[in-house]
Amino acid sequence: MDYLQTVDWSRAQFALTAVYHWLFVPLTLGLSVAVALMETFYYRTRDDSWRRTTRFWMRLFGINFAIGVATGLILEFEFGTDWSNYSHFVGDIFGAPLAVEGIMAFFLESTFIAVMFFGWDRVSRGAHLAATWLTAAGANLSALWILVANAWMQYPVGCAFNLRTVRNEMTSFWDVALSPVAVNKFLHTVSSSFTLAALFVVGVSAWYLLRRREERMACRSIAVASVFGLVSAVVTATTGDRSGAIVARVQPMKLAAMEALYEGREGAPLTLAGLLRPGKTAGALAGEDPFVFRAEIPKLLSLMSFRDADAYVPGIRDLVEGNAERGILSAAEKMARGRAAVDELRRYRAAREAGDREAMAAVEREFDPATPEGREFLREKFAYFGYGYLETPGQTVPDVPLLFYSFRVMVGAGMLFIVLLAAVWWQNRRGTLARRRWLLRLCVWMIPTAYLASQAGWAVAEAGRQPWVVQDLMPVGVAASKIPAGTVSATFFVFLALFTVLLAAELSIMLRQIRLGPEGPEDPGPEKL
Amino acid sequence: MDTLTILQHYWWFVISLLGALLVFLLFVQGGQALLPFLSDEDGTRMLAVNALGRKWELTFTTLATFGGAFFASFPLFYSTSFGGAYYVWTAVLLCFVVQAVSYEYRSKPANLLGRRTYDVLLTLNGVLGPFLLGTAVSTFFTGAPFTVDRLNLAAADGTENVVISQWATPWYGLDALADGWNAVLGAAVTLLAMTLGCQYLMNSVADDVFGTRIRRLMRPCALGFAVCFAAWLVRLLFATGYAADPATGTIGAEPYKYLHNLLEMPYVALVLLGGAAAVLRSIGLGWRGSRRAIRWGGAGTVLTVLALLLCAGWNGTAYYPSLADMQSSLTIANSSSSLFTLRTMAWVSLFIPLAAAYVAWAWRAIDSRPLTRGELDGEEY
Repeated sequence: MDYLQTVDWSRAQFALTAVYHWLFVPLTLGLSVAVALMETFYYRTRDDSWRRTTRFWMRLFGINFAIGVATGLILEFEFGTDWSNYSHFVGDIFGAPLAVEGIMAFFLESTFIAVMFFGWDRVSRGAHLAATWLTAAGANLSALWILVANAWMQYPVGCAFNLRTVRNEMTSFWDVALSPVAVNKFLHTVSSSFTLAALFVVGVSAWYLLRRREERMACRSIAVASVFGLVSAVVTATTGDRSGAIVARVQPMKLAAMEALYEGREGAPLTLAGLLRPGKTAGALAGEDPFVFRAEIPKLLSLMSFRDADAYVPGIRDLVEGNAERGILSAAEKMARGRAAVDELRRYRAAREAGDREAMAAVEREFDPATPEGREFLREKFAYFGYGYLETPGQTVPDVPLLFYSFRVMVGAGMLFIVLLAAVWWQNRRGTLARRRWLLRLCVWMIPTAYLASQAGWAVAEAGRQPWVVQDLMPVGVAASKIPAGTVSATFFVFLALFTVLLAAELSIMLRQIRLGPEGPEDPGPEKL
Repeated sequence: MDTLTILQHYWWFVISLLGALLVFLLFVQGGQALLPFLSDEDGTRMLAVNALGRKWELTFTTLATFGGAFFASFPLFYSTSFGGAYYVWTAVLLCFVVQAVSYEYRSKPANLLGRRTYDVLLTLNGVLGPFLLGTAVSTFFTGAPFTVDRLNLAAADGTENVVISQWATPWYGLDALADGWNAVLGAAVTLLAMTLGCQYLMNSVADDVFGTRIRRLMRPCALGFAVCFAAWLVRLLFATGYAADPATGTIGAEPYKYLHNLLEMPYVALVLLGGAAAVLRSIGLGWRGSRRAIRWGGAGTVLTVLALLLCAGWNGTAYYPSLADMQSSLTIANSSSSLFTLRTMAWVSLFIPLAAAYVAWAWRAIDSRPLTRGELDGEEY
């Protein structure tokens, strides 16, 4: 059995599930809130046109919801099926948010979604509105806890290693739940999902306006979604900026790769756009210019990363080869320290097999945070435990081109969304949107662009974490289950076929529902809002 | 009993309760398994799908919560069973994926595969889902071929030897089917789900033709369930289980372990008897077409499964016996999370009664008036 092939197929399978899952989830998160806002207008005005509008978007929400839930269930269980070692090594911490998600969020969402869909004529208007808001709350609470879990993988805090159980154990729930990475990741991810959903509503409504159908519903939907989207897009940009500053401190390699910054420097520029020389990663490490061309803004990367225009931003070479002047350890040094920690574990194992209690106690003292030598060992050696499994320093570098381009797609699209949503809101408010056909067409095209940006964001977050499954503590290469690669590859293709068919069905149904439009007779023409 | 031990028992109770609720909620799957016996022509299939479709999310959610809670409280089980019995758990996941989308897509225009295909997928989920889950749960008593060595992580040679939990056969979970008793419990759970599905439909649909059809369908399911479950239970009482020495944690075989558990924990035995009696009463009520059958069936199922799972994990029992290396067997003591995590999660578990309260409210609000044919035009599925 080739374990590394198993690891690769497990990565592929998990990435496949995550990519498909994230095609559906952001729309669920944002549309749930948009629908709740629309129903609130219905509740306040008692205008049946709002009810009709709400029910239309609710129907699209329902089509999208089911497949998001289904792929989410697979993701949860894939932590066990594909990543058995990971599940043991950090299950004491990682499992908790998943359980909280189930208890606090899933039940809320799944209970009230039934009332939302089937309760129109069975509960009061107020109870129905509450159910719709609670469904939205459940969906977004669910996102909170899974993002807390994800953030912990990027920035493992609130935990300590227990030698006897050979795993990391939680020492502070609040450190895990409220780490700056977790809080910011939640705000950034959820606000970006709101933006995507708002663009979806705006795009579909623009399509109706282009066809001169359902104009009242379209204008009302745009009125809600453009404001909702604009606010969300600004929050996304703000939290994105904060995310950059956090990454600079906790995952400097990810930041350097996002910028293809091989040479660290003071007053580092932000690359606005650029073209990387294909396959030149090794050459860039040797000092060659990795870019064919680039456009940059001087000092902006330093400013955004450290809130200081002259701050030193470490480059990939600093992080691989080390920079004594800046106090940056080389990857080789970290690997040596990590191997020392793994060797201690190996010594413990040998002592256990020999029944040598004295030797076991000696290793236990090394890992004991209550003693000064234990604290030093944990700080100086165990903090680099994961490096002990790497073979070459180059393995610490993620896929630079993937990160560089994904980051620019995400940020560029995000800026465009702010401008577009502001323009749409303004034109709709003035009642001139229906005449701006180029803008309406652009709105339609923003739907796939939003999905592209959303996927690009996750590519930055997750590919940028490589080679780690848990930053510095566990590389992906030792996290997988012991399953033959052929088995995992077979299930990969089964999932691929299934997800693709289901996605095609979802798109087909969604497009047909949009073409059919809301139930009942069309409301009279547009209104001045 | 120290705090850690109390919390381990508490969390095994929570897991058992969630597992018991999941088995009850498999009535959705059971109802789906009946679809081939219902017809499009007389509208009975449409009534069944729309009544069941209001509840599929709850089953799904309970499964996800059960998994999450198991992960949080007993992570070594999660890594051992899911990472080992790969085929079985993957099949379970595939079953549940197709269920979710089938409800939402089957009646929508342009659904690509056609309503008939989605109905077949619902039926597959209805039969295979409970069967596979039942088979997997049976391994809590019959065991599975795995080994566990946490210090495998020290074997940093880039091979699979680094994996902590390893499966000892190349069948990765399919070996569970080789033990006929696992299959018997799988069949029992499937037939129970079908029985409960009938009882739920009797309660939630107001239609004479439908009611008569469903009542007739319940009878063979209930009889089949009773036979399979009784056989499995009798066998369990005479089975040898694995028990952990309270002082050393060393695991050894103990004849009649589960019978001993019931005798040593009479309150669990009472719950089991009460649950079984309630299920039998529900069958009697359902036989006559009573709408109240599901209440007895639901309560009885929850109590019975709860008692069985407590019997599997409490009283020093190895709840996941290893057939490959007895000392690798998992007990609630050797596989739990840390004291800190269990304690933190215990606070979180206080939300469960709140969740139960609003689930009950929503259930009542939606099911207070049975579904009729007249309402089908406005329904989603």
